Amino acid sequence: MSATFERRLLTRDRGHGLLQKFWRIPWLFVLLLSAVAAVGYVALYSAGGGPEAYAAKHALRFGFGLVLMLSIAVIDIRVIAKLAWLGYAIGVGLLVLVLLHGNIGKGAQRWIDIGPLQLQPSELMKIMLALGLAAWFQRASWERVGNLLFLLPPAIMVLLPVGLILKQPNLGTALITAMIGGAVFFAAGMRLWKFALLLAAVGTAAPIAYTHLHDYQKARITTFLDPESDPLGAGYNIIQSKIALGSGGIWGKGFLQGTQGHLNFLPEKQTDFIFTMIAEEFGLVGALSVLGLLALVVLFCYLVAFRCRHQFGRLLAVGLGTNMFLYIFVNIAMVTGSIPVGGVPLPLISHGGSAMLTTMLGFGLLMSVHVHRDAEFGPARD
Amino acid sequence: MSLGRGVRREEEQRRSVFTRRALALGMGQLALFGFLGTRLWRLQSEEGDRYRTLAEENRVSARLIPPPRGQVLDRNGRVIAGNRLNWRALLVAEQTQDVGATLETFSRIVPLQDHERARIERDVRRRRRFVPVTVREFLAWEEMARIEVNAPDLPGIIIDVGQTRLYPENEHLAHMVGYVAPPAERDMDGDPLLELPGIRVGRAGIEKHHDLALRGRAGAVQLEVNAVGRVIRELDRREGIPGQDVQLSVDAELQKALRGRIEEGTSIVVLDARNGEVLAMASQPSFDPNIFNAGVSAQQWREWTRNRATPLINKATNGLYAPGSTFKMIVALAGLEAKAVTPADRVYCPGYLDLGDTRFHCWQKHGHGSVDMRAGIKVSCDVYFYEVAKRVGIDRIAAMASRFGLGVELDIELPGTKKGLVPTRGWRQAQGKPWNLGDTIVHGIGQGFYQVTPLQLATMAARLATGRAVQPHLTRSIGGRPVRGTKPEDWPSLGIPERDLRLMREGMWAVVNEPGGTALASRLPGSLGVMAGKTGSVQVRRISREQRERGFKTESLPREWRPHALFVAFAPYDNPVYAVSVVVEHGMSGSGAAAPLARDTLVEVFNRFRTPPAAPGQRVAEGPRP
Repeated sequence: MSATFERRLLTRDRGHGLLQKFWRIPWLFVLLLSAVAAVGYVALYSAGGGPEAYAAKHALRFGFGLVLMLSIAVIDIRVIAKLAWLGYAIGVGLLVLVLLHGNIGKGAQRWIDIGPLQLQPSELMKIMLALGLAAWFQRASWERVGNLLFLLPPAIMVLLPVGLILKQPNLGTALITAMIGGAVFFAAGMRLWKFALLLAAVGTAAPIAYTHLHDYQKARITTFLDPESDPLGAGYNIIQSKIALGSGGIWGKGFLQGTQGHLNFLPEKQTDFIFTMIAEEFGLVGALSVLGLLALVVLFCYLVAFRCRHQFGRLLAVGLGTNMFLYIFVNIAMVTGSIPVGGVPLPLISHGGSAMLTTMLGFGLLMSVHVHRDAEFGPARD
Repeated sequence: MSLGRGVRREEEQRRSVFTRRALALGMGQLALFGFLGTRLWRLQSEEGDRYRTLAEENRVSARLIPPPRGQVLDRNGRVIAGNRLNWRALLVAEQTQDVGATLETFSRIVPLQDHERARIERDVRRRRRFVPVTVREFLAWEEMARIEVNAPDLPGIIIDVGQTRLYPENEHLAHMVGYVAPPAERDMDGDPLLELPGIRVGRAGIEKHHDLALRGRAGAVQLEVNAVGRVIRELDRREGIPGQDVQLSVDAELQKALRGRIEEGTSIVVLDARNGEVLAMASQPSFDPNIFNAGVSAQQWREWTRNRATPLINKATNGLYAPGSTFKMIVALAGLEAKAVTPADRVYCPGYLDLGDTRFHCWQKHGHGSVDMRAGIKVSCDVYFYEVAKRVGIDRIAAMASRFGLGVELDIELPGTKKGLVPTRGWRQAQGKPWNLGDTIVHGIGQGFYQVTPLQLATMAARLATGRAVQPHLTRSIGGRPVRGTKPEDWPSLGIPERDLRLMREGMWAVVNEPGGTALASRLPGSLGVMAGKTGSVQVRRISREQRERGFKTESLPREWRPHALFVAFAPYDNPVYAVSVVVEHGMSGSGAAAPLARDTLVEVFNRFRTPPAAPGQRVAEGPRP
């Protein structure tokens, strides 16, 4: 029994050669990502009326992203786990930096310029938070997670960036960040009654807090919820988005034939409303197909988590998967007028260098988890 | 080993917890994706039709295309109301860096007033930046050339052409053609065309009467517009129906020639006696209808409305005069019809008629002696017609007058034409006043309450000449289709015995062609033809007995108190084609002022139409004048 266990460990160790690692990379998944990026290319081609405006850049960025992703994929997951703290610290540091020196865009401090790149630290932070939490919980046993004191530091790890993002102000992203933290806590084994208690506390506190606010503060919260534009303007955007979606019908108006998009009734069609563009031109069939592809991407994150043999990888995969899910869900729910939040791009499809970079960074980490799914982290501790 | 087992147990435990929790998370997320799917289904499948409609409404914008307004032509096809290109300078704000600088440069080429600048800048602010704003309309050729030459210094300025109404004959036909102006609230008849900027509707004359035919129907174009309203492309175009051309019976050359002969306060009407076509209708003074096009200034309007000569009013249709002696044929016919008098009955004229203690004078102070009907007309003996009127009575005279078109509404296509007044006993009594025999006597010579227009007098002359109830009219054809009433047979007979009519015509022939006739001096040169007519002079002020006894001379009166001079005529005598009426306000006497003008008119008419105007019923081809 023990001998076979040892042998298996040896075999696994042999698998750490670079070639072996490349063999372990889930190429089917790389293909899936490429397919999604190709959908993005087609949609951006239409949005820009040709490849020049957005689509060509999108392809280029995806190419760079692939290199970045594959490079990260072969880095030993244990090294990544060791560097997780550093990554988390960098994330928080950038959030502080953006508050001090960030560019103000649409009423909130969002991004900083790093060379030619505009980086939104809040996007990076979501990944770094998943990384940091996975590192914290990697060796915690079930009993240990039950200890309230043990949960205090990771709670602070969540609340610190959430607070900084709130200060930008950007309530939407802050909530999403908190949800990623919550998902990792949940998967790590935090007791359910504690969860229930927390939700109840937040649920009762929020309305009470809201009623005690001044009108201008309430208005500010409305802006938090929909930070991209004023309520009137946002209403117009959503209405036009619904018209575009609905008028697409079952089969769509055809490639480059979307009137709402091409006549500019649809705002931000290359970023936040790119899904609308697809749905208008390719109809319900196209929209559901893209939704299906994106669901497969999320599903893959979970598959990686289930196949991983160490807690760090499992939690990281769930965190990254939840991050991916929230991007997709919030974006599509927004363009279909289901929720009032704005300003969330659709990963791999929307135009934007910073979003592409962070997305591919996340997938790189996910792949490293998969490539090193059998890595030995040592036993859980009480 | 126990440690290893413990480790493995720990590992199994947290792994199984993780698996359950991650499965729950994953299932939850999958369910939310399902929710998105149903949401898409609802939007795109169930409500798809509704949103498709909304998307179409978003993108399609319909605009009207104004049709060209129909032309008004004279009988020879000459354009008397046409369209001309209106060259405009427009400014597209988005094509220039600096609107102010462009306008500054523009006003150095074509000077702009301060108020124009203010209007342009206001329009630029109000409209979206790609919508052209009018800088200046009605550009002269030279101005346009200068703008074109300086085009590189005028970013955003474009030259554009629209259409505007043009009356090439200016004031000569203004009273008939009328004019156009932007529609007012009351003109809105549901035609969407009237809501277009720059559209004009007929406000007077033929332009108003035939407005619907001239206007045409608006075309429509469906445009695809983007979110800010910029036109992307044309989707569909439905051409409008151009306005129809209206051809009039009037002869522009004749009209101009006649107008050249007359002074303020004079009007001349020339009809084709056979069918009532108006060949000319001059009223002096007139106005230039082109002025209405660009908008009438307050000053111009004051000038027109305060002018006592009333240039805006067509005296031929709206000037009201007593017919005076031109009315005598009506009295005679009424007498014959009532058998109150025979043509041979003689009346002795001592120069007056006494009724009770009132004395009614003849214009010939010393009297005409014994006068029969033919002579009564020839010398215009007042006493003869006092006597006839006395025997016939006012109501029968009035009935006869109405049959000849006096005091009734004529079918002329000029809106606002006056009906005039032919009094009856009942009319007077409706005013609460009695009708006395003295009133009948005064009305026997066309004086008193009568109010008739020169057009009605010409109609009377035409009906005397033909015996038919011809109606004066201006329209020959609309859109190439002839209108009714071009043949004499189209008009019913007046029902007056030819014998009686012939007697009237003979009397009128004698007026002009027999020694002793009141208009002998105005007979036509023998080569042209023979005119028959009747003079008339009507007092504007009553002449008192004292004035008469002091040897009163009308020449001593100030101009506006002098009598009006009238003449009605037809020619040629043996085969009447033309009917003419002439009214010279304050012209003193019909024989002195009106008859010579009638003669000159007919000379002009005969010279223009060496052969009579196109045979009735035959449409004159557009082209060379006859």
